[in-house]
Amino acid sequence: MNLSMKWLADYVKLDITPKEFCAGMTMSGSKVEAFEKEAEKVQGIVVGRILSKAQHENADALFVCSVDLGGEEPVQIVTNAKNVKEGDLVPVATPGTVVTEGSESMKIKVSKVRGVESRGMFCGLSTLGLSQHDFPYADAESVFVIEEECTPGQDIASAIGLNDVSVEFEITSNRPDCLSVIGLAREAAATFDVPLDVKEPEYHGTDENIEDTLDVEIQNKELCTRYAAGLVRNVKIGPSPRWMRERLRASGVRPINNLVDITNYVMLEYGQPMHAFDLRYVAGGKICVRNAKAGETITTLDGVERSLSEEMLIIADAEKPIAVAGVMGGEYSGIMEDTVDVVFESAYFEPTQVRLTAKKLGMRTDASARYEKGLDETSMLTTLKRAFSLVEELGAGEVVGTIIDRNYANPVQNRIPFDPAWINRFLGTEIPAADMEKYLNSLGIAVEDGMAVSPTFRIDLERKADIAEEVARIYGYNNIPSTVITGVAKAQLTPAQKFNRTIEQTMAGMGCSGILTYSFISPKFFDKICLPADSKLRNTTTIMNPLGEDTSVMQTTTLPSVLEVLATNYNKRNASAWLFEISKEYHPTTPDKLPEEPQRLTIGMYGGCDFFDLKGMLEALMEKLGISDLRFTRCGEDCPYDEASAFHPGRSAVVYSGNTPLGIFGELHPTVQENYGIGVKAYAAKLDIPEMFAAANDEITYRPLPKFPAMTRDLSLVCDESIPVADLESAIRDAVGKPLEKVELFDVYRGEQIAKDKKSVSYKIVMRSADGTMTDEQADAAMKRVLKALTKLGADLRM
Amino acid sequence: MLTERVAVHAVCREASVAEKTLYRRSVKFTHEWHCRSSFRIFLKTVVSGDVAFALRTVEVLASGKWVVNKCGLSCLDGCFFIFLTNAGNSKNFLRGEDMKEQLRQIEETAVAAISSCTDLRALDELRVKFLGKKGELTAILKQMGKLSAEERPAMGQLANQVRAALETAVSEKSAALQEAAKAAKIAAESIDVTMPGKRPAVGRLHPLQIVENEIKEIFLGMGFSVADGPEVEYDYYNFEALNLPPNHPARDTQDTFYITENILLRTQTSSVQVHVMENQKPPIRVIAPGRVYRSDAVDATHSPLFHQIEGLVVDKGITMADLKGTLELLMQRLYGDDCKIRLRPHHFPFTEPSAEVDVMCFNCHGEGCRVCKGEGYIELLGAGMVHPKVLEGCGIDSEVYSGFAFGLGLERIVMRRYNISDMRLLFENDMRFLEQFR
Repeated sequence: MNLSMKWLADYVKLDITPKEFCAGMTMSGSKVEAFEKEAEKVQGIVVGRILSKAQHENADALFVCSVDLGGEEPVQIVTNAKNVKEGDLVPVATPGTVVTEGSESMKIKVSKVRGVESRGMFCGLSTLGLSQHDFPYADAESVFVIEEECTPGQDIASAIGLNDVSVEFEITSNRPDCLSVIGLAREAAATFDVPLDVKEPEYHGTDENIEDTLDVEIQNKELCTRYAAGLVRNVKIGPSPRWMRERLRASGVRPINNLVDITNYVMLEYGQPMHAFDLRYVAGGKICVRNAKAGETITTLDGVERSLSEEMLIIADAEKPIAVAGVMGGEYSGIMEDTVDVVFESAYFEPTQVRLTAKKLGMRTDASARYEKGLDETSMLTTLKRAFSLVEELGAGEVVGTIIDRNYANPVQNRIPFDPAWINRFLGTEIPAADMEKYLNSLGIAVEDGMAVSPTFRIDLERKADIAEEVARIYGYNNIPSTVITGVAKAQLTPAQKFNRTIEQTMAGMGCSGILTYSFISPKFFDKICLPADSKLRNTTTIMNPLGEDTSVMQTTTLPSVLEVLATNYNKRNASAWLFEISKEYHPTTPDKLPEEPQRLTIGMYGGCDFFDLKGMLEALMEKLGISDLRFTRCGEDCPYDEASAFHPGRSAVVYSGNTPLGIFGELHPTVQENYGIGVKAYAAKLDIPEMFAAANDEITYRPLPKFPAMTRDLSLVCDESIPVADLESAIRDAVGKPLEKVELFDVYRGEQIAKDKKSVSYKIVMRSADGTMTDEQADAAMKRVLKALTKLGADLRM
Repeated sequence: MLTERVAVHAVCREASVAEKTLYRRSVKFTHEWHCRSSFRIFLKTVVSGDVAFALRTVEVLASGKWVVNKCGLSCLDGCFFIFLTNAGNSKNFLRGEDMKEQLRQIEETAVAAISSCTDLRALDELRVKFLGKKGELTAILKQMGKLSAEERPAMGQLANQVRAALETAVSEKSAALQEAAKAAKIAAESIDVTMPGKRPAVGRLHPLQIVENEIKEIFLGMGFSVADGPEVEYDYYNFEALNLPPNHPARDTQDTFYITENILLRTQTSSVQVHVMENQKPPIRVIAPGRVYRSDAVDATHSPLFHQIEGLVVDKGITMADLKGTLELLMQRLYGDDCKIRLRPHHFPFTEPSAEVDVMCFNCHGEGCRVCKGEGYIELLGAGMVHPKVLEGCGIDSEVYSGFAFGLGLERIVMRRYNISDMRLLFENDMRFLEQFR
């Protein structure tokens, strides 16, 4: 909403600068986005009178003019304008002025044009930011020859009325009443504590009775509760007067002709859209407000033919639709040059219907934007009267004295308890009741018998809290004190939240950086990680209206997003990237139910790492999280993770705690690596946080430090390459039994002294008894058991 | 000592045997130790000729090993005695002065040698040479026996003094040399400290994580707990329960991603408010950070996914002044104690009164600058008193309880704090970007 400050001055008298006005309005709830002083755009441009015009001595297309700019001496200006002559008044940009034409700016300088000095430039309408709509008599293509009353040397802003200030407001959806000059005037009056001066409009009218010519019927009284119509005969279509054009322009509305301008003017002033029909084209002299019939079409004012559907409300004559109610009129029945009699419409249409119709037709108009927010159901007659008073003032036609008013409206004036003590308790203030009442009255809210009465134009006032807000914003939000909430509240992170924090800190501590990726992915990502065609992960929660395919499904696996980030980093030639993300997967349940959203820890790395770096990182993380009984198995047939397809089959594993799978990790499959265009070995892990949390033990109980010395034995074995060391280790553990403190693999050797397909594995075995110093005999006995168990596995002592 | 005893026995025995065979006389030689290095041999039956003879015999027998130091008749028992001294240290009798001179010389030589010594091993050799069991000083001390009994105490004392002096000299020198050796080692171990360090990999948190954690800490400190809710959400929780019934015009301003007609991606963390109020009785004091979604095309200031932090307080007697105080505290913790906030009336369907909250521009501190477009304040979040309809929809009596809620956009705070001009950087995760945050 753009507000003309000159227009505003009709209703409130303010003695403040535009800046003060804007600041005050913003702080009382009518947010000002910007304000613009029209005069600033044309600074440096003055009125000049052409004293003489002569042919340029060196150029046929140029003229040299002597121009009176109000100074002692006339100045010489070279122009190519053919439409100026001696005695004309023209806008002259004087040296130093910056003129803007479209997007280009130019600074006027004293210069020589083909050898003749020129001290300025004549301006056309476009240079002044105007068009022929503003000054219909002017030549749009050439220099603006001013026909207004003005004198040489006068600044152009005052000479042609370019001295308004236009203020751009951002009005919230609950305040359609502020989409009007009077609405904003009321806010301004309350904000700056000055009187609001609005008078009921009056017109004279002829003796004719409108009912003799026109009939109005509302068929759908739910979607149209009130329809008022008036008639103006013998209209004289022409430009509206300058003051009206100036105000429309400052409000961001293009002047068209007097009748159209009047409807727009009233809409801007009162917030109530109006429409004008050419009576010739209201067939049968009947206006019918009804739902469209299937198959009906209308060509709207913008020249587009639109098909209507049955839920849409239309204005029809006896035969056909002539307007889409509250949205746009028909082209056919609009005002034209030869229009004689005009029907003015002022109606109330149900907001939701207007919104849905406008949305469905894809045409959000100035009118529909107002209707859909909800208007004052009582303003129809006032606005018609205002329009007619303007018709008479402009001499634009003869107004028929009576008005048709089909009124089924039952505007409710909400009566809300006005409880100053409660308001003060609610706001934390000590505002005197009398002040509150004054604030409310200034906003048009009456206070009667302890009740605040909502005016009909305020559709948003329903409850005590609404009244409290009115009081608060006029009192000033910033005058409300700041207090600290009292009372006790338990505040701590839940164990699960702490768990995530530990993961974050531990991962960062081990050199991985946190990343953030989108939750939605492209379905193509599943192919990129070679997910089997029948994988359940391909069943996704899918967005009906995605921005594009790339962000169209909610991820059922967090792996691809992280791999994308690895690829990004690789493509940016970053030598290494160690990354982690805690994010969610979205697994569909049943239709109409929400998906499950389990959290995952996803790790991606390349550069300076291998499988065992990643595995070691996971082991350390699990230890830090208190997850024990870890087991690592190669992903086989029955791998619990479909993402196994993304990994190198010989270099990936599933990590378990006991029998619960916690996640999958390893080197990326060469194909997947290719799919992502990562030219080095890359590693990834996907871990299930809820399962990890369940497996974690956060209790720490101190164990006394050992009292007796440990016994250490080293053991070197030779076994088949195919035997996993985990089997050897668990055999050792079982064989040693209770005294075992630690088994540490310290060397694996393949080479000259070892047969092909064999490996040598060396362990350090630490044993300790809690009851006493372990003897050599005890240790030897344990080692004998170990060897026996290992022999069974096919591992022999290395000689 | 053992061997010496054996030797002495041997001397006595041999002497007896020699007397018997040569002179067919039975002479009883007995002995008595005088000190470690000397002993006396007694002859019981003494004939004058025998004396010389016995002496000779003893001398012969003990030759090389022992020398006769003194001999004569004992005035006590009339025995003839021969006083034998170990040959090694008693060529002759010693005068005190001689010993003194020897000690002095040893001290002089030793002190000179020690002081000019330059390494610990050489010093140890000197110690052995002078002070060791077979050292020079010991050798002199062994001659104590050659001294007269009168001189012995004085000489002993002197010798001990010399020993002490030498020991001190050695230990001082040793300390000095050790010190020097350490200093030399230290000097030799000097490195170029400007060489690059061996860095363990240091991971960083994402700037959004960093600021979210910081805000969580602030609110935990104010007694808020942290709540969570689903991101794929029913229309009811995202809109309807928040006083945004179907067809409410405000729904248009939040371009929503729909899964079905009824299920959507939440457009605001305010949906968590409803879950919290449904599941918890007042007093309620929570924040709910999380991802929210709006169908905005990606550009420098828009992303279809961004983060909000919702706050909700419901209790008896919660006022708008409490809301102001809480937000003021938050902003002061985030931006410093001089930070001021400004509340402007606004409209949100789920709060009444509603406010937009501006924070004093941290660039110009309210003066007005390019960053705040001359305003002095920057719009940062939305807030308000929980709408009674929302409370009632969650089964909370709005006549008894009141509350406030607020929602802040994390990206906006992060971008302002680190001067990040393009939101896409936050989701691109380029290491060169991530590494800039701590």
